[in-house]
Amino acid sequence: MASRPIAILDHVGKTYQMGPVRVDALVEINLVFEAGEYVSVMGPSGCGKSTLLNLLGCLDRPSTGRYVLGGVDVSQMNDDELSEIRGARLGFIFQSYNLIQQLTVLENIEVPLFYQGTPPEMSREIAAEYARRVGLGDRLKHKPFELSGGQQQRVGIARALVNDPLVLLADEPTGNLDSHSGAEILELFEALHEQGKTIILVTHDDDIAKRSSRVIRLRDGQMESDMRHG
Amino acid sequence: MDNFLTRTAQNRFMSVGFARVNRTVRLGFKSLWLHRLRSLLTVLGIVFGVCSVIAMLAVGEGVRHEALEQIRRLGSNNIIIRSIKPEEERSSAVERSYVLEYGLTYADIRRIRDTIPGVTLVVPGRIIRDFLWNGRWRIDAEVVGTVPWYHEMRLQALSEGRYLNDFDMEDSKNVCVLSREAADRLFPLTPAVGSNLRIGGDYYHVVGVLAREAPVVAPGGGNSSGQNAAQTLARAFIPLTTAKARFGEVLVRRRSGSFEAERVQLHEVTAQVHRQEEVEEIAKIIVDILDKNRKKKDYEIIVPLELLRQSERTKRIFNIVLGSIAAISLIVGGIGIMNIMLASVTERTREIGIRRALGAKRRDIIFQFLVETVILSGSGGLIGVVLGVAIPFFITLFADMTTIVTLWAPMIAFSISGLVGVVFGIYPALRAADMDPVEALRHE
Repeated sequence: MASRPIAILDHVGKTYQMGPVRVDALVEINLVFEAGEYVSVMGPSGCGKSTLLNLLGCLDRPSTGRYVLGGVDVSQMNDDELSEIRGARLGFIFQSYNLIQQLTVLENIEVPLFYQGTPPEMSREIAAEYARRVGLGDRLKHKPFELSGGQQQRVGIARALVNDPLVLLADEPTGNLDSHSGAEILELFEALHEQGKTIILVTHDDDIAKRSSRVIRLRDGQMESDMRHG
Repeated sequence: MDNFLTRTAQNRFMSVGFARVNRTVRLGFKSLWLHRLRSLLTVLGIVFGVCSVIAMLAVGEGVRHEALEQIRRLGSNNIIIRSIKPEEERSSAVERSYVLEYGLTYADIRRIRDTIPGVTLVVPGRIIRDFLWNGRWRIDAEVVGTVPWYHEMRLQALSEGRYLNDFDMEDSKNVCVLSREAADRLFPLTPAVGSNLRIGGDYYHVVGVLAREAPVVAPGGGNSSGQNAAQTLARAFIPLTTAKARFGEVLVRRRSGSFEAERVQLHEVTAQVHRQEEVEEIAKIIVDILDKNRKKKDYEIIVPLELLRQSERTKRIFNIVLGSIAAISLIVGGIGIMNIMLASVTERTREIGIRRALGAKRRDIIFQFLVETVILSGSGGLIGVVLGVAIPFFITLFADMTTIVTLWAPMIAFSISGLVGVVFGIYPALRAADMDPVEALRHE
């Protein structure tokens, strides 16, 4: 696989001030993610997995260091610019799906396109296409509560893909699912990986981590190991 | 890289686009529809505020219209002088002379006409309370002895026949013009014009009937006991000369077993002033002239123009009071909306987090919640306008009151309700936009 860096974390640290106490959530993280990688981030709870994902997802800014995403330094961007980056270059998949309950499947998938200003007809077409790709072509008018957990997560994946992001960020995507639906979702991830998508997945399940091409382990906000297989 | 930048620029352009506004509005309706009952209860404050303001304005406008119509009928160039019984003699009449003498005299009229240059017409009138008889059918009425140009000055329209004329005057003819009420009550089945009726011992030929006019409220206030009632009475107009000849100048009334006689030459005099600017000044001069020649004040003077001004002032005060009530109710309604929107923002923290993660900027979130608030207050305003227009309609239908819904009242009320949405929506919208995306996503 061609080695093309897509996301670079350069001496990144994140510190929270919780009252009088300073908490170092991440310390001196140096990571390079390459295009087409399927990365699992593992570690016990409180190790900084979520913080790392928030930084990678431009939901938060690093306290120290630089974060370069797709060749652009995003570590000093303001709120609006970060929103722009999230909408245009990132796709989020959440543990609890995070669909908007009053919107239909199609409308949920359209949300990122809406904030990009895509014309309605075009966005409807694109969204319907992605719904078909995740196998929900016949559920476009359904509301989230009418779907099973696995189906809801597939809506979430379609929504994450709809803006053709540089990186897919998944936070425990199978955490709320039974093993059967979970396996289906992981197959979908592998299919995406084969299509060349870059996926960063946070999990605490070794079986899931084993199926990815690279496993990063964190402990106490620091890198413990970084292993590639396959 | 280049591709990304051009897309960004394009987004900026699109963000003000119609499609986005359209979809945000539809989204707003959808979110509010999800909580129908809550939305409805929330806007009730605005509904009642807007509706009561429009309805009250309509009633007020109707009352004002009627008052102005009455005053206009008296004539804005006119000064009306009426004889009234002097206060002290009303109680002690029996102790003094048997026949009471008071009121305006022919000499007064002559003096006014001769000394004041701006006054062109002086219309004297005598008012006698008597029965009108049609065969054995009778009605209580005011018999007004007057001159042919009285109707013209009082802007009374004729519905049938003719007015009194100069020949009637000269020959003291027994002819009369009836008010609509009198004609309808006295001749319910046959046409009044051409019929004869009896007043006292004399028969009169009906030559004309006036058009119906709204009941006149005595503009001077309750000055004498009979005044208010007399205004709504049926009236018969006869030539002044006829009145003098038939009724004389002494009036005898039976009152609770005793007699009371009064001598009044003229009951009412109308002076028309040529130029409207001089009306009030001339009214003062007339008062001076009249006061110089009498010991007691036995007349009252009514200047319709002054009443007109007074009614404008009253209207202004009414509007200020109404405006304050409207402002208070709209503020209360706005606070209600703000309260619910704050709750809604908290409730939808998760949704805000999701939207922020998927690329919504702060201003997108502000816009979304602001649109929702404006939809709330705007539809409240709309319901209020519909009710506010409907209520005066029913008031007119059932209470028989004149109400006037002016075009600007609903328009202003509606736009203010929209403005309330913006003002009271800003704070909740800012609260929503200021949420940290990470915190908002974690919110349960």
